[in-house]
Amino acid sequence: MSTVNAKLKNLVGWVDERFPLTANWKAHLSEYYAPKNFNFWYFFGSLALLVLVLQIVTGIFLVMHFKPDASLNAAGVPVAFASVEYIMREVPWGWLIRYMHSTGASAFFVVVYMHMFRGMLYGSYRKPRELIWIFGMLIFLCLMAEAFFGYLLPWGQMSYWGAQVIVNLFSAIPFIGPDLSLWIRGDYVVGDATLNRFFAFHVIAVPLVLVGLVVAHILALHEVGSNNPDGVEIKKKKDAKGIPLDGIPFHPYYTLKDIVGVVVFLMVFSLIVFYAPEMGGYFLEYNNFVPANPLQTPAHIAPVWYFTPFYSILRAVTYPLFGIDAKFWGVVAMGASAMIFVLLPWLDRSPVKSIRYRGPIYKTFLAAFVICFFTLGYLGVLPPTPMRTLVSQICSVIYFAFFLLMPFYSSIDKCKPEPDRLTSSGHGAH
Amino acid sequence: MSNDGKVDCGRRRLLVATATIGGIGGVAAAVPFVSSMLPSERAKAAGAPVEVDISKLAPGQMMTVEWRGKPVWIINRTKEQLASLKATDSQVSDPKSDKKMQPDYCKNETRSIKPEILVAVGICTHLGCSPSEKFKTGAESGIDANWQGGFICPCHGSTFDLAGRVYKSKPAPDNLEVPPHMYLGDSRLVVGEDKGGKA
Repeated sequence: MSTVNAKLKNLVGWVDERFPLTANWKAHLSEYYAPKNFNFWYFFGSLALLVLVLQIVTGIFLVMHFKPDASLNAAGVPVAFASVEYIMREVPWGWLIRYMHSTGASAFFVVVYMHMFRGMLYGSYRKPRELIWIFGMLIFLCLMAEAFFGYLLPWGQMSYWGAQVIVNLFSAIPFIGPDLSLWIRGDYVVGDATLNRFFAFHVIAVPLVLVGLVVAHILALHEVGSNNPDGVEIKKKKDAKGIPLDGIPFHPYYTLKDIVGVVVFLMVFSLIVFYAPEMGGYFLEYNNFVPANPLQTPAHIAPVWYFTPFYSILRAVTYPLFGIDAKFWGVVAMGASAMIFVLLPWLDRSPVKSIRYRGPIYKTFLAAFVICFFTLGYLGVLPPTPMRTLVSQICSVIYFAFFLLMPFYSSIDKCKPEPDRLTSSGHGAH
Repeated sequence: MSNDGKVDCGRRRLLVATATIGGIGGVAAAVPFVSSMLPSERAKAAGAPVEVDISKLAPGQMMTVEWRGKPVWIINRTKEQLASLKATDSQVSDPKSDKKMQPDYCKNETRSIKPEILVAVGICTHLGCSPSEKFKTGAESGIDANWQGGFICPCHGSTFDLAGRVYKSKPAPDNLEVPPHMYLGDSRLVVGEDKGGKA
C-alpha cells in the first residue's frame, strides 16, 4: 500500500512540476475558505453548474440525430420537426435525452433565478463583488440567448412565431432596424437560413462564451471570497495562519453539502422528466407539437415561462414617446428590465449588505418587486386584455421603481447594526 | 524600448501605425463573415410575383396566398364593411394612410385599387405575427360592443379595421402593408408586381 501511495505521490509531483495541479486543487477547493454559515440559498450556484454540464452532455447526443433543415420531407413535414419526432419515437432512449434537455432548460432558469435572488437577499453584488455580479449577468444574457436560439430548433408553431416576434424586436431600432432584422434572419421571413444559423449559435457559439464566462465568474469569486447570509466579510478576522476565523475549507465541507443538494435536485428533476416533461404546457408548449406554418400565427402565442415577466413589460408599453413608436420603447423597456440588475452594485447605498440587517423600507420594496415579477410572469402567458395591460403597466412601474429609487430609499432606511462575526455557530469548525 | 526611460517617439509612431493597419485588416477580415449572413442569392430570387384567381371570392370572404413566404390577404368587402371604414376613421391612428405603407395607387379611403377588394400583407407591423380575422361586429366579436369588424393580433392585441388601418394606442405603429399588385383581368390578380415593375 505504501509503495502505491509513494508512486502516486511521485506521479503528482511529476505533474506539479509541469502543471499547477496541487496548487489549483488547494486554491479552489481544499484551501478555499468559505463562510461557515451557508444556508439553503447557497445550493443554487453549484446546481447551475450541474445543469450546465447536463445541458452540454444531452445536447451533444441530440445533435447526433437532429437535422436543422426547414425544407419539407416526402410526407410534407419540415425535416427539422420530423427529426425531433424521430428522436422521440425511434432513437433508443432518445425521448429521455430530449426530455432531459428540454426540462434542463427550464431547470436552468429556476436555478439561476434562485441564485440571482440569493445575491439580492444578501447583497452579494456589493463591493468587492461587482465583477462577479457583472459576469453573472452576462451569463444570464447568454442563457437567454441560448434558450431563444434553442427554442427555434424543433421548428414547431411556437418556435417559429416566437422567433419571428423576437427577431422583429430588432426592427424597432430607428434607421438600421429593418436591415438588422433582415441580416439576423438571412431571409425576408424566418426560414431555413434562420434555422441553420440559430443552430450554429445554439450548439457552438453561445456555449463557448457561456463556459468562458462561468470560468471568469468563479475565478472572480475565488479572488475576493464568498459573501454569506450575514453579509459580513470573513476576511476581516483571521487566525495566526491567515485563515478566516469564520471560514471552512470548501472541500470537504461544501462539496459534501452540495452533493446533498445535487441528490435532492436530481430527484425533483427526474420526477419532472419522467412524469411531467411538458409541465402542463409551460415547459413544452402544446402549439409546438404542430409543425411551423409561416401563413398562420397560433391563436394565442406566449413565450416559455422564464421569459414572461420581460415579455409582459414589452407589451405594457403602448404609448409613443419623443416621436418614436411605442414598439421601440417597448423593446427598450424589455431590454432594460432584464439587464438593469447590472446596476445594483451602484444603486444600493445601504450601510449593510444582508436582508437580515436591512430596514423596513428595503424589505417592502423587495417584497413589492417579487410580487410584481411573479404577476408580470403570470400575465405574460395570458392573452392581453385592457385590464391585464393596465395591471402589467402598474407592475412595470413598480419593477423599475425598485431599482431606480434604490439610491434614495436604501440610504434613508433604518438598518440594524451588523455583527462583527457570523451569527451562526454551525458546522463546528471553530 | 529606450534604456533611459524616455519614450522613443519614432518607435512609438511605428507601433501605432502597425496596430492601426493590423486593426483595419482585422475589420476587413470580418466583412465576408458578416456579409455571409445576408439573404443569399437564392433567397433573393425566391421573391417572384404570385398570380391569383379571385373569381370565386364571394363578398365577405377572405383568402390567403403566400408571397415571399408571407401571408397576403385578399378580402372581398361587403357594402356594410366598406361603410364601416367611415365609422373607424376617428379611431385609427393614420386614417388618411399618410405613412407610406401602400403604393400610391392605394392611398385612398379603402386602401385598394377596386374599392371592395383589399390586398394586404397579413403580418402585424408590431412584431410580425399574423393577425386573426374578426369580421363579426359588435359584442359578438368578443372585442367590444362598438367593434366594426377587422383584425386582432393574437400576440400583443393590436387591432386593425377592414382597410388594415391600425387603431390608436395599440402596440403596432403602422397600418398593414399593402403590397404592389395589379389586375390582369376582372378576376386575375398579380401580387408582387404592378405597372411600375416588380417589387
